[in-house]
Amino acid sequence: MEHVATPASAPQQHAQQHPIGLYFKIWGLLFVLSTLSYLVDYFHFQGGLRWTLILLFMMLKAGLIVAVFMHMAWERMALVCAILIPPGALMVLVGLMASEANYTNLTRLLFFR
Amino acid sequence: MTDMPLDPPGAVAGGGRSPAPPAHAAPHGDGQVAGLRGLVADWSGDQQTFQVAWGKAMMWIFLLSDTFIFGSFLTGYMTVRTSTTVPWPNPSEVFALNIGGKPVPLLLIAVMTFILISSSGTMAMAVNCAYRRDKVTAAKLMFVTAAFGAMFVSMQAFEWTKLIMDEGVRPWGNPMGAAQFGSVFFMVTGFHGLHVTAGVIYLSVVALRLLAGKYDRGNFQIVEIAGLYWHFVDLVWVFIFALFYLW
Repeated sequence: MEHVATPASAPQQHAQQHPIGLYFKIWGLLFVLSTLSYLVDYFHFQGGLRWTLILLFMMLKAGLIVAVFMHMAWERMALVCAILIPPGALMVLVGLMASEANYTNLTRLLFFR
Repeated sequence: MTDMPLDPPGAVAGGGRSPAPPAHAAPHGDGQVAGLRGLVADWSGDQQTFQVAWGKAMMWIFLLSDTFIFGSFLTGYMTVRTSTTVPWPNPSEVFALNIGGKPVPLLLIAVMTFILISSSGTMAMAVNCAYRRDKVTAAKLMFVTAAFGAMFVSMQAFEWTKLIMDEGVRPWGNPMGAAQFGSVFFMVTGFHGLHVTAGVIYLSVVALRLLAGKYDRGNFQIVEIAGLYWHFVDLVWVFIFALFYLW
């Protein structure tokens, strides 16, 4: 992708200057993806298909926003790693709590119904 | 931290531009090493880790902490929704709007989503204009972005009113199913709405200061930093839309 990352006056502060057409394309893509995820609900998709589509569109939208609108795609790897790796800890939390929630649900069904 | 003087290439302490410098002594500026070697070089001692302005680095770190806040909220939501034995109210029906006597599922939420995405687009344009030193257009686009944000919050206020007054949803219960629905809804969307409101104020202030010429000496990077916050607000909505409204 063509972009100008370094103006001569400030070599250390990468001014994020990219062709405006790129933003329009991403903007359009985000609209399309939002429409698609809305249609998932509109057409009442259920079960595994629903989950796959919802999560897929969600991750695609999030990726486009972070990579292009927030310019992560052109940042140095040190900054990218410092920001994008720590949220992985949340995935551990989600895993733990999913297992805990299922256990709670099971005990409630067994003893408190 | 204060504004660091920019080291010209070749004037880096203990290094300079020798023909083949070791990775940890690679000069900054144009001679930067990319990829994994760049990662190691950037994290090595005796130098600045993040090669961006301090304001931008701090905004990113703030956004990282905010990620954990919203991440914890959404994890809590997953926990109560999975563990309850009472059926969860169907968001598709709860948030439907009647158009011509027929309920259209999630209509308001879809409109709000499109408004927020549009505002992200105008914000990206504002950043682009600012780096081309077109500060009047940049400020105008920031006001448009803020207006979209205000529209979003207004629609959210409408949604809350409808839910509280017509549907009888309370943080401790509701007529449609699991009691946790209300508390999760008010907490998550409320906290997000608070961020949007703060963003509207933040963008307006930065745009006004931009017009007043307060940033004329710099490179208008403040617009990009404010933009990072705004895109993050949009980003959080992507997750709320998918996980709360579509689940």
